[in-house]
Amino acid sequence: MSDEEDDLILSELPDEELVPQMHDDLYDGLKEEIEEGVNILLERGWEPYRILTEALVAGMTIVGRDFRDGILFVPEVLLAANAMKAGMAILKPLLAETGAPKMGKMVIGTVKGDIHDIGKNLVSMMMEGAGFEVVDLGINNPVEEYLEALEREQPDILGMSALLTTTMPYMKVVIDTMKEQGIRDDYIVLVGGAPLNEEFGQAIGADGYCRDAAVAVDMAKEFIQRRHNQRAVG
Amino acid sequence: MCPLTTATPDDTQLRDEGFDTASGGRILLIACGALAREILDLKARNGWDHMDLRCLPAILHNHPEKITPAVREAVAKAESDYARIFVVYGDCGTGGQLETACAEMGVEMVPGPHCYSFFEGNAEFAARDEITAFYLTDFLGRQFDAFVWKPLGLDRHPELLEMYFGHYEKLVYLAQTDDPDLTETARACADRLGLAFERRATGYGDLGATLKSWARA
Repeated sequence: MSDEEDDLILSELPDEELVPQMHDDLYDGLKEEIEEGVNILLERGWEPYRILTEALVAGMTIVGRDFRDGILFVPEVLLAANAMKAGMAILKPLLAETGAPKMGKMVIGTVKGDIHDIGKNLVSMMMEGAGFEVVDLGINNPVEEYLEALEREQPDILGMSALLTTTMPYMKVVIDTMKEQGIRDDYIVLVGGAPLNEEFGQAIGADGYCRDAAVAVDMAKEFIQRRHNQRAVG
Repeated sequence: MCPLTTATPDDTQLRDEGFDTASGGRILLIACGALAREILDLKARNGWDHMDLRCLPAILHNHPEKITPAVREAVAKAESDYARIFVVYGDCGTGGQLETACAEMGVEMVPGPHCYSFFEGNAEFAARDEITAFYLTDFLGRQFDAFVWKPLGLDRHPELLEMYFGHYEKLVYLAQTDDPDLTETARACADRLGLAFERRATGYGDLGATLKSWARA
């Protein structure tokens, strides 16, 4: 970044320049600048939900697209995610107060035997950014943990994540147990993780395979919409 | 464990370009570059001159989605020149795709999920069920910066360390050779990652037995 850009004073930018600047700052993983930008927009009377969608989610969508296209890599995405997380931390309590739209509820966790949570955390964050309530079960979840959480939380969606080829088959254990208990069709089951693919998702009986966080959000919205339509005609 | 008995190519070459010892053998081993030293050593010790070695770039380890197409291409290129071809890879993060491809091509591969497992011995490795261990081999210990530190951006953004390794507890160095310097290098890697250190002398594990059975083919 040039010295000229370093000297930018965010509070002096009009909204139409500040928001694109925040997209740039998110892209560059500049956590403090994102916090500052969020606070400026709040002071200017922006609704928290508008800041979330137009400044943060829209910026992170650009990051996600460039990651998919091989322009950005994991470290840059993580820095951007950290910046977005910092902005969301300011907005989250305000979103509840201001009655932001609720898209649905998701329980998500990394499967048993697997301690990797970077992808899962990105999905959680983007789902929250899209208006979903997310209950994150963390890592290394046996089937019992998933089932207890489904019973307790009554979500619309179950999300499972795995990074290892040795742990991804466990997703089938969870889905098969849900079938045995007659609750499989009560939930939308989405799966993701680096070694997974479309065929694997279909083979284990998931509703959808999400190759990245953006796809997870799109797919979750689509399935929720379909559900609503089915219920409307049912 | 004994010292290596044969000269081997430079790690950088093994990492980025691969390596080829084609010398008219009737069997070809298509291997990960990270296994070159060990395979060459086993060849030299056992006099397996009828087995040629062709290594693909070891850096494919960081891009498992590229392994299966690269192996397919290497097998296709070599099949008319050799009586038998064997693939010296485990599943290596391909999610079963390499196994499927090998079955389709009619070539055998090393049983096991990855080299950590077959160096230790697949049965023993599975029995340990260590989910919070991060593994290094001799090669990965020497190439830690190129395979771990830099690709994860930790050279530029050390603040990401917790996000990557926060749930890990220890670094296990699976030692193929008895090299005190390399042990210290591996210990330093554990320190950099903020993990406990454990050294496990594995030698070549199941790799030796697998190559021995293939040498008789």
